[in-house]
Amino acid sequence: MKEKQDIEKLYAANKRKKTVSWIIVMILAILWLMVTFIPFLFMVLTGFKQKLETIMYGAFHLPEKLFLDNYIGVLTDINFWIYFKNSVVVLVLSLIILLFISACAAYPLSRFRFKLRQPIYLLIVAAMSVPIHVTMIPVFQMTIKMGLYDTIWALIPTAVAFSTPISVFILTGFMEGIPRELEEAADIDGCGRYMRFFKVILPLCTPGLSTLAIYNGVNIWNEFIFAFTLTQSNENRTLPLALWNYQGQYASNTAMIMACLTLSVLPMIILFIFMQDKLVKGMMAGAVKG
Amino acid sequence: MDMNKSLAGRRKRQIATCAFVFLLPVLVFMIAYLVWPIIATFVNSFYQWNGISADKKFIGFYNWNKLMHDVDFWRAFGNNIKVMVISLVVQMPVGILLATFLDAGGKKFDIFKSVWFLPMLMSAVAVGYLFRYALATNGGLISSISQLFGGGPVDLLGNQATALYAVIGVICWQFIPFYMVYYMAGYASISEDVYEAAIMDGATHSQYIFKIALPLLVPTIKSAIILSLIGSLKYFDLVYVMTGGGPGTSTELMATYMYKNSFVTFNMGYGSAIAGGMFILITLIAAIAMKILNGKETA
Repeated sequence: MKEKQDIEKLYAANKRKKTVSWIIVMILAILWLMVTFIPFLFMVLTGFKQKLETIMYGAFHLPEKLFLDNYIGVLTDINFWIYFKNSVVVLVLSLIILLFISACAAYPLSRFRFKLRQPIYLLIVAAMSVPIHVTMIPVFQMTIKMGLYDTIWALIPTAVAFSTPISVFILTGFMEGIPRELEEAADIDGCGRYMRFFKVILPLCTPGLSTLAIYNGVNIWNEFIFAFTLTQSNENRTLPLALWNYQGQYASNTAMIMACLTLSVLPMIILFIFMQDKLVKGMMAGAVKG
Repeated sequence: MDMNKSLAGRRKRQIATCAFVFLLPVLVFMIAYLVWPIIATFVNSFYQWNGISADKKFIGFYNWNKLMHDVDFWRAFGNNIKVMVISLVVQMPVGILLATFLDAGGKKFDIFKSVWFLPMLMSAVAVGYLFRYALATNGGLISSISQLFGGGPVDLLGNQATALYAVIGVICWQFIPFYMVYYMAGYASISEDVYEAAIMDGATHSQYIFKIALPLLVPTIKSAIILSLIGSLKYFDLVYVMTGGGPGTSTELMATYMYKNSFVTFNMGYGSAIAGGMFILITLIAAIAMKILNGKETA
């Protein structure tokens, strides 16, 4: 009888301990939720404030009234749309070139045995951790020599070149997972090595390609350093530079900058809302590169 | 016999040609934008050159000698090391904790996952600007919290003693979601069967995490450490827009120092030496870290 009571006591204590640790975990989780979310809230809300409101009443004061002028100001600024258009052009063209040539390169690396396979593969793996700064001055020189300086065309080859190593690496792994029997069947049907790539391998790679499109797309959309060094005039710059220019123009107008910031993050947030799982999966694919 | 050999040889040549054709575009891009520029950077580091005029003077090891004795560069390197160490100490455990929480909670914690993921959607530039204002002395978040409790405004970014730590805090804010996702992928790769078997054998969830899951995550943790090391040493965008390396040189990093020398004061010869120095230091540290991490594995 006593034994049973003891067990019950122990069980209750255990349960209490479990509840307490559960509460602590929840508090920490919510705390981190706030740490992540409050800066976002600050950004969106400040965008609705008037010029001096934040400075006068502090960050936690709700906007006096829903002041839309900042957002309207940014959205009706022709420059903002030029930046936006440039970002879209760079993104789309870079992605098409990048994914196609990366898939091309992954095909022989995953399928053929040839002398230079190992060295080329190692070169690609090593290239993944090269710091961009070590290439910057020569790339700058080269861009000037090619007559691409201060055009959006300067940004496409850099976007492609610096995203290829990871893309080839991931696609090579992906293609190695495609069963060879499928190709052999095509071989019997008289497809050559070149046709097999287009007819068999490439269509089967669609999941890998779409993941990579998301991962690289986010990076290209957010790219700053080359856009900053290789372009100069407003009409040839991309969205991350819009912030830079607004900052120069409205340095003391926190609300205006936050409105611009919110609008430049918005496309990503919308994408996130509609395809969260795919986006997270894309980010994970990028994360395995270590 | 002979014919067989030539046939095999021809097949081999055909494969090589085909491989070459498929690899060519990527190789062209990589050689033009990665391999050649690295070589050119090292060549440029032996010249005095503003990057624009044809006036390019060979000065031997002058730039490298200057770099060795450049207090500002080594201070920037020291700052990079601080970023690296604090990033490791903060981001790795928090990343693992968050991933563990989400892995244990499953679908019902999706709201946490969504919100925690948010910082990853912003570019480094956007994060830099956001916190430049969110940490401002007047009307910033920290100042407002302090004033809420009756304190005065707080100037984190304008103070030489705190600026670097404020910046590192923001870097952690931005990258913790990345490592969270990274470890989530690690957890996801542990097969469902392992978990079920553990629970069947009477393990509690915490036993499963400490005794089974974490040991299985060790390779993931190792590669995350390498990623974080390399990332911290080449950090640029966020710091450049948030503080520009200031106040003074308190938040200067190797990359911002390189950028200023090359593209602000147009001393591209010396800028190349800094970039080359960065390259060597990063490669060295990454190699040492890999050696240590993999050495432990065999022990």
